[in-house]
Amino acid sequence: MLLRHTPKEITPRSALMINPAKTCQPIGAMYAALGIHGCLPHSHGSQGCCAYHRSALTKHYKEPISAATSSFTEGASVFGGQANLLQAIENIFTVYEPEVIAVHTTCLSETIGDDIKQIRDKADKSGNIPKGKTVLYCNTPSYVGSHVTGFSNMVKGMTEISESTGKKNGKVNIIPGWVEPSDMEELKRLATLMAVPFTMFPDTSGVLNGPLSGEFKMFPEGGVTIKELREAGDAIGTLALGEWCSADAARSLDTRCKVPCKVLEMPFGLKGTDRFVDALRTIAGTSVPEDINRERGQLVDMISDSHQYFYQKKVAIYGDPDQLIAMTEFLLSIDMWPVHIVTGTPGVKFEKRIKELTAHLPCEVNVRAGGDMFLLHQWIKNTPVDLLIGNSYGKYIARDEDLPFLRWGFPILDRVGHQYFPTVGYKGGLRLLEKILGLLLDRKDRDDPETVFELTL
Amino acid sequence: MTETAKAICPEHEAAPEACPALPEERPAIFEERKDQIHRIGEGDFSMACNRDSLAGAVSQRACVFCGSRVVLYPIADALHLVHGPIGCAAYTWDIRGALSSGPELHRLSFSTDLQELDVVFGGEKKLAKALDELIPLYEPKAAFVYSTCIVGLIGDDLQAVCKAATARHGVPVIPVQSEGFKGNKREGYLAACKAMRTLVGTGDTGDISKLSVNIMGDFNLAGETWIIKDYLNRMGIEVVAGITGDGRVGDLRRAHGAALNLVQCSGATQDLAKMMRDDFAIPFKKVSWIGIEDVAESLYAVAEFFELTQPELAGNIVERTATLVREELAALMPQIKELRRDLEGKKAAVYVGGSFKAFSLVKAFRHLGMEVVIVGSQTGTEEDYRELAAICAPGTIVVDDANPLELSAFLKEKDVDIFVGGVKERPIAFKLGVGFCDHNHERKIALEGFVGMLNFAKEVHASVLSPIWNFVPRREQQRLERAEVLSEGPITGKEA
Repeated sequence: MLLRHTPKEITPRSALMINPAKTCQPIGAMYAALGIHGCLPHSHGSQGCCAYHRSALTKHYKEPISAATSSFTEGASVFGGQANLLQAIENIFTVYEPEVIAVHTTCLSETIGDDIKQIRDKADKSGNIPKGKTVLYCNTPSYVGSHVTGFSNMVKGMTEISESTGKKNGKVNIIPGWVEPSDMEELKRLATLMAVPFTMFPDTSGVLNGPLSGEFKMFPEGGVTIKELREAGDAIGTLALGEWCSADAARSLDTRCKVPCKVLEMPFGLKGTDRFVDALRTIAGTSVPEDINRERGQLVDMISDSHQYFYQKKVAIYGDPDQLIAMTEFLLSIDMWPVHIVTGTPGVKFEKRIKELTAHLPCEVNVRAGGDMFLLHQWIKNTPVDLLIGNSYGKYIARDEDLPFLRWGFPILDRVGHQYFPTVGYKGGLRLLEKILGLLLDRKDRDDPETVFELTL
Repeated sequence: MTETAKAICPEHEAAPEACPALPEERPAIFEERKDQIHRIGEGDFSMACNRDSLAGAVSQRACVFCGSRVVLYPIADALHLVHGPIGCAAYTWDIRGALSSGPELHRLSFSTDLQELDVVFGGEKKLAKALDELIPLYEPKAAFVYSTCIVGLIGDDLQAVCKAATARHGVPVIPVQSEGFKGNKREGYLAACKAMRTLVGTGDTGDISKLSVNIMGDFNLAGETWIIKDYLNRMGIEVVAGITGDGRVGDLRRAHGAALNLVQCSGATQDLAKMMRDDFAIPFKKVSWIGIEDVAESLYAVAEFFELTQPELAGNIVERTATLVREELAALMPQIKELRRDLEGKKAAVYVGGSFKAFSLVKAFRHLGMEVVIVGSQTGTEEDYRELAAICAPGTIVVDDANPLELSAFLKEKDVDIFVGGVKERPIAFKLGVGFCDHNHERKIALEGFVGMLNFAKEVHASVLSPIWNFVPRREQQRLERAEVLSEGPITGKEA
């Protein structure tokens, strides 16, 4: 009864966040930056921010996460952080030798008003950025948006080095959004099967799901290269997955380098993957290969095999906007009813899209952008659900309300697998289905009286 | 020379002979950091510590807020409201297993979630409103309001808002001046102590025994405070307050009624102990609840204190303590001996938050027949390191505020079998194929007290002897080489 204080009655709150369903921008920027090859993310602020982000990412990926910090002190906070950042750039290139430093800001440096571009240029002029090395940056004020915004900002920051030579290179930019390294791997597999030449950024596969090699590598093999990022400006098009995570970068490339873009919802589940595959097909100008058709057929098959168990089951989900939109659509497509949907990330567009998707349901659907886990818990108390889906922070609610609980999203601090098994694509759909069905049937087996307890389900 | 060392000392690759600081397998370090690393037996001892991390360092350190948050966090019937953007609250939500025997308010996360407009116009109103929404909902015994970087910058008057809220709601609302940029965790400890000090001395101490202590600097991770409390109770001593393990506001209020403060983790609560010494004339003793000698010594020190100050009440307290220690050791030692058989001669590295723990760990490893070859902390003082150097063997590396490259290079150089550290160190150890024991926030088993020594030995045993390390390329290579030596010739089979 950890959440014993959560009252059923909902009273309005205007100043207080209880048990957040989001965190702040910089961690998103750090995660995105790890998807660049040879990149050391750099946090321009106090040491604590960097330590917290590294800890959170370490706990989620169970991998070493390296990132540097400007180590702000009181002096820097009064006189500005320029000296710290200049010094940091010099130190980092001298000692750690990354290919790239990706600087993001914090609430502290934003409020002081440090001009990162100007400081970067100054470092460049004074020769502190060795030849062939790159310093990327983005602004990530922690008091705006959420971790998703920070991710989006860093991805956009990456596109700022893209150049258009006027000659298209025939490749497609795929911006996967904030998904797991396993998901990025799966999306790359699908694109390869479609014979679409592509550049994926960011790409954390090979960075955050590496093998035990007996060596500590600060810069693992994976990640998009700076060369690829530069050439992204010559791509024939950009596929951006997720309005919140990826669209800004795609539109920026469109504006700056005239690379046309298409923003899709994330390819979780049947319909989302259909649209992704269809977009690839259109770009490649080919038909969908039999391998992919077969995977789709398997997913449809598995849904049909078990659809009676999903029928009208109520679900509460929380997490990040792009993922939730796709998951809502997937749940609806297997006849489940997502009735409570909470994201901590603000944005009215989110609520609108969820309402569109769920308009046909014969029951009330609660949706909130900028909500928190306390509100979600209250909703569940008022309208109980059969399944809870979201990151590890849902385990308190799951325990208190005795709910089957699918861990999905960021962060997952108490289970493994997300690094290695994708949930995007048709294959990922199969995994989601298997997990959901397993939870529902485990519950049924647990709760059924002996008289109806059955071997075959 | 390793890839890592190459990465941090490129000039070595170009002209190895011109780089005398870097003999084989020796990691390079920031020029400025050289005096934060000492190899015992090489030159006179000198270390520069408690200095700010270098800009650009991949430091394992945290900030002031983090320091305050971890110290106050276990106070379970208080609200902990983080005044700032959401991140600071999100990352410290249920941050560690500081157990409570009753209320669990500390395990929830509360934030004012400051937005851009609040930053422009100030967050005082929002803070006041948040407290008004929060306090009636949870009816806490007190509320701690943590300041974050941004609050320090925009200049919200935390004191005033808290004072007014105290008056409105009739519970103490206590500001914690923990702006992140003010320094490292140490400053955070001080801010936390100042906040707690406002509670100490406000409660009734009438019924407190003269044989009484406060357990300070222990956070009841995995129930550790309870283990120590049990020992003290068996000695006939009352524990007034856990500061802050299984902490309660009411206990803090009457903590000044205790006859003695027992301070562990020198950094975290020593400031409060000093304030209580100065303001209430309560003496304090530094103790450590980790490792056999340290636990026994600590308990004896307490017994002797009361034998000296309260001879009549204390009775045969030293004898009682001796019996307790004897009983515990009789149960413990045969089991340790068993585990030691497998661990004898293995090597350990220790990199922890506070240096007090490093001392105890060095001694604890000795009981397992193991040698500590690398020892370091995030926040030790020069004095700490000097003492550490004195109890470690020649060749041991002593390091302050290390980065992952240094740690990984040291681990390989010394070919250690187990690394004791915190959350950020764990995957580094595993990538290198080295065992790991979490002795930090995230430990799941009690490592304090006599029983803690057994748990520790079991955990070390489990990790050091895991068969998984046989699959690490480096170990496979070593096995092959050993086999070659044994057979005094080239080997043909895969296994020795």
